[in-house]
Amino acid sequence: MGVSALLATIFLPLAGSLAVMLIERSQVKAIKVTTLVMTVITFLVSLLLLPGFDRTSTAMQFTINSQWIPALDAGFRIGIDGTSLLLVLLTTFMMPIAILASWDSITKQTKEYYALMLMLQFGMTGVFAALDTFLFYVFWEVILIPMYFIIGIWGGKDRIYAAVKFFLYTLAGSLLMLVAIIWLGLYGVEAGVGFTADLMKLRMIAPAIPMDVQFWLFMAFALAFFIKVPLFPFHTWLPDAHVQAPTAGSVILAAVLLKMGTYGLIRFNLELFPQTSAELAGPISVLAVIGIIYGALVAMVQTDIKKLVAYSSVSHLGFVVLGIFSITVEGVQGAVIQMVNHGLSTGMLFLCVGVLYERRHTREIGDYGGITNVMPRFAVMFAIAMFASVGLPGLNGFVGEFFTLIGAFRSPFLNNWAYAIISASGVIFAAVYLLWMFQRVMFGTNNNPENHHLRDLRTIEYWQLVPLVIFIVWLGIAPRTFMDLSEKSVQAAVGKVEFYKFSRPSQQP
Amino acid sequence: MNYAALIPLFPLIGFLIVGLFGKRINSEKLVGTIASSAILMSFITAVATFMGLLGMPAEERSFTSTLYSWMAAGSFNVNIAYQFDQLSILFTLIITGIGFLIHVYSVGYMHGDKSFSRFFAYLNLFVFMMLNLVLADNFLLTFLGWEGVGLASYLLIGFWYDRKFDGSHITWTGDAAKKAFIVNRIGDFGVLAAMFMLFNQFGTLEYAQINKLAPAVWGVGDTAVTIITLLLFLGCTGKSAQIPLGVWLPDAMAGPTPVSALIHAATMVTSGIFLIARTNVLFALSPTTMAVVAGIGITTALFAGFVGLVQNDIKKVLAYSTVSQLGFMFTALGVGAFTAGVFHVMTHAFFKALLFLGSGSVIHGMHEEQDIQKMGGLKKYMPITYRTFLIGTLAISGIPFLSGFFSKDEILWFAFLNGSPVLWGVGVAAAFTTAFYMWRLTSLTFDGEERFDHHHVHPHESPKTMTIPLIVLAVLSVFGGLLGVPHVLGHPLHIPNLLEHWLEPIFAVGTTYLPKHTGDHTTLEFLLMGISTVVAISAIFLARSIYSKGTERAAGIAAKFGGIYKLLWNKYWVDEVYNGAFVAPILAASRDVLWKIVDVVVIDGIINGSARAVGASAGVLRRMQTGVAQNYALIMMVGIVAFIGMVLWPLLR
Repeated sequence: MGVSALLATIFLPLAGSLAVMLIERSQVKAIKVTTLVMTVITFLVSLLLLPGFDRTSTAMQFTINSQWIPALDAGFRIGIDGTSLLLVLLTTFMMPIAILASWDSITKQTKEYYALMLMLQFGMTGVFAALDTFLFYVFWEVILIPMYFIIGIWGGKDRIYAAVKFFLYTLAGSLLMLVAIIWLGLYGVEAGVGFTADLMKLRMIAPAIPMDVQFWLFMAFALAFFIKVPLFPFHTWLPDAHVQAPTAGSVILAAVLLKMGTYGLIRFNLELFPQTSAELAGPISVLAVIGIIYGALVAMVQTDIKKLVAYSSVSHLGFVVLGIFSITVEGVQGAVIQMVNHGLSTGMLFLCVGVLYERRHTREIGDYGGITNVMPRFAVMFAIAMFASVGLPGLNGFVGEFFTLIGAFRSPFLNNWAYAIISASGVIFAAVYLLWMFQRVMFGTNNNPENHHLRDLRTIEYWQLVPLVIFIVWLGIAPRTFMDLSEKSVQAAVGKVEFYKFSRPSQQP
Repeated sequence: MNYAALIPLFPLIGFLIVGLFGKRINSEKLVGTIASSAILMSFITAVATFMGLLGMPAEERSFTSTLYSWMAAGSFNVNIAYQFDQLSILFTLIITGIGFLIHVYSVGYMHGDKSFSRFFAYLNLFVFMMLNLVLADNFLLTFLGWEGVGLASYLLIGFWYDRKFDGSHITWTGDAAKKAFIVNRIGDFGVLAAMFMLFNQFGTLEYAQINKLAPAVWGVGDTAVTIITLLLFLGCTGKSAQIPLGVWLPDAMAGPTPVSALIHAATMVTSGIFLIARTNVLFALSPTTMAVVAGIGITTALFAGFVGLVQNDIKKVLAYSTVSQLGFMFTALGVGAFTAGVFHVMTHAFFKALLFLGSGSVIHGMHEEQDIQKMGGLKKYMPITYRTFLIGTLAISGIPFLSGFFSKDEILWFAFLNGSPVLWGVGVAAAFTTAFYMWRLTSLTFDGEERFDHHHVHPHESPKTMTIPLIVLAVLSVFGGLLGVPHVLGHPLHIPNLLEHWLEPIFAVGTTYLPKHTGDHTTLEFLLMGISTVVAISAIFLARSIYSKGTERAAGIAAKFGGIYKLLWNKYWVDEVYNGAFVAPILAASRDVLWKIVDVVVIDGIINGSARAVGASAGVLRRMQTGVAQNYALIMMVGIVAFIGMVLWPLLR
């Protein structure tokens, strides 16, 4: 059942996309309903992955391994471990919410929009399930196109600049990755299995690659992922893309797309190149720490709410990268759960900003004030999203931050307290920029006449937010429901790096 | 699992019911009853648990109730588990007992507020979080409560989110709420860092384990334990409003008065004392930290006491008084008199809750007026409030045999015995300010001529839901001290020091690492006690002679000491200094350097620059694509010639 569920999870959105394309353009309602139904079904189907999933196993599960391009040994190879399972579920969970968020706000070219959204989902799920470098690359690039159009067509005033910047930035990184994929495949020849794109074979082969080559391969992959994360200083596409993208675009971008970068860092960098990962853990973590503080400080002085949230993502994803390159079970587990958490809480923040934007068509903090007076229900939701993002214990954000920090603190690879201690000061700044924004937008008196008659949350908006609240609380008070899924996979990945670093004599003289 | 684990559960249920359905219930009576009875049920359960503990032999009075595994990854595992022992049950009784009274009081105080149910939801949430803080069997769960009470405090300070509030550089209640949360977060950073170090050392965050293992790992004065305890103490200075993080508490008075009584006087602000008491073994291992705690405590006690002398807002005086009293408690902890510190937590909870609720009753009766210069002569309008307030004032001033007398004198005595005469002297000076500003407050509010506008203000006594809690608290303020009668007084009369006896097992291990001071000091102790009593009484008479007739004499004195008055009136300009030294530079650097230069000019400049460079070079190169076949042929020829030349060149040489 698991295998078919995985296949269905990947391909249902594609089928949905095709179905939407076949619907008459004028049948807007039918298009929307089809999309929503498809995403909901996909979510339900993806839940079927859970009962058959063996959380005590470190192996890839529900695998399919079939030929695609025999000459390159590229195949349709898919399968998931705990880490990918969580991200697949995050994707399928967020999609219906994003569709609901688009329901009334997307008014032009609805058919293309929903077809592209479903296409996007196809690509994202594929990325998380691919066990073949070529297949991964294909899915990776599949995402670029719908996202480019979603920003470029349905975006704000400067949408073209933002879309092109997003496209070129990401493309530059992914081309490097393509080179690395080919170069890496060639080492299969040396190892006697011939050119290969099989990730499982490559896992055996890669650690034996000479260290100087490994370094370049590592860097090529890493750069592609750093841009996607985005890690400081590769982050400048993000604020523009977020500000210009329509609400649902921002939600998916923040919730899922950025996680492709951090996921890649685990799946490729950490798992393929254990020695180089150990070697470069320090410098990369320095960038992560800079990103945490820098993102928070810059977020603090933004006057545009969406930009503020975008910079907060730079800060929050710094924690993820720090956790990954602490190369401890605590740290990487924290990073994995932080990916999910950031998806939920930042996704929710973007939804909230969208609610405001739809009413007032401005994102300037200064245009608001005293909104709680007219939108009390919204205020509660916004506050929950904010405190989740602040990292309040009892809500989801705290769990990820705490584990990444404790991982970084104890890491034998970083071997320095400073990483965790400096990053921990990021929790202070997170409170500053979010509370300050909230205070200026929601508290005080409602003086601006344009804000006097804003409507409180409509039912459709309310029900986008409620599921998020449930999981935000659930992850905060019982994170083991989710973290136990990825524990074994993470242990295996970390164990491998530890093995190469500490148990085996170094290959280099 | 034990039924005791229900203690924190009741307020949670109350919070959920009132929070989710409060608007729909739409009945003040029902909402108030649900919220209050949730706390009452906790209190009753706590009393039962206390009785249970009482029935056990002293050494066995501790049990843990584990609910489930909360956070786990790798070697890290922390449970949701509650620990019931002498210390936690004492705090639980204070929290739920006083909490219940304040809930009842709030039913009257908040009557008619449009967000009545929201208020009670927050109040229940606060009690739930506070119980987690004190009942936790590990640091992480305490931290959940620690930040949780910060959240509740934030929500309640900003409860009237659309109201103005005149604070230090603050115009809205929301500003005050934000300030409180952020300043506390700076302290929380310390607790977080300390947790990392403790887990790294011991592989666990459970108090029992750490308290047991720490002495084996660290000797007295070890650097590691000093760093850890200093970090923990940073958290305490945030939550308990000590120097340097005390700036938020006076502004926290923006919240409704019951909140000031419950959170910002009786319970939450004593979390810092609780944390040190809970980890007393660690603190006892570091003489440096202990000295810092005592030093900060006594300095805060004195400095805040001075500021209290000149404030005119009834709640602000009480706020500075709270800061000052918390300073006394830290002094006690710092000199190793843990029991005395906890004792003062208890008595202070009684009389400070009483005073705050009394001030709320005054504000209520005066139609939201808080300026004591515009009050006076209120005793004939609100007799119950006046009498109970007077009792509170006498108790906090240290008048013999009221609760504050016992606890404060215990602290001063240990400051002398374990600390130094200087510490004692400063403490007595701080005690002088206490008695002075409290009597000033009482005189200006209740005595003298009526300075309010009779046309608009018609003072009246508050309803029963408000006055009954006042009476109960007044009784506790009078007799509460009898639980901890010092030996020097109790021994001849055969009155045992019940509290010390009760808490002894908690501090037994920690105390063994502290320096011992033995010997018979009965005469000295009586002498010091006499001095501090005389000081308190003379402060009262001085304040009375200045203020009982009104504010004129005080204005004259203020004019004579203009410089000092200005310094105190402006609270030593601490807020201004922080603003100038930290807030403004960080904001400016973030905006003008990090964002506008690093992000926009440097990084984006490089990115867009390289894009433009590609574009520009493509612009040049594309000129080669002329579309004229002859040109291509020509270039091809040049290329071939060059290629042949390249091949032949080595041969020709």
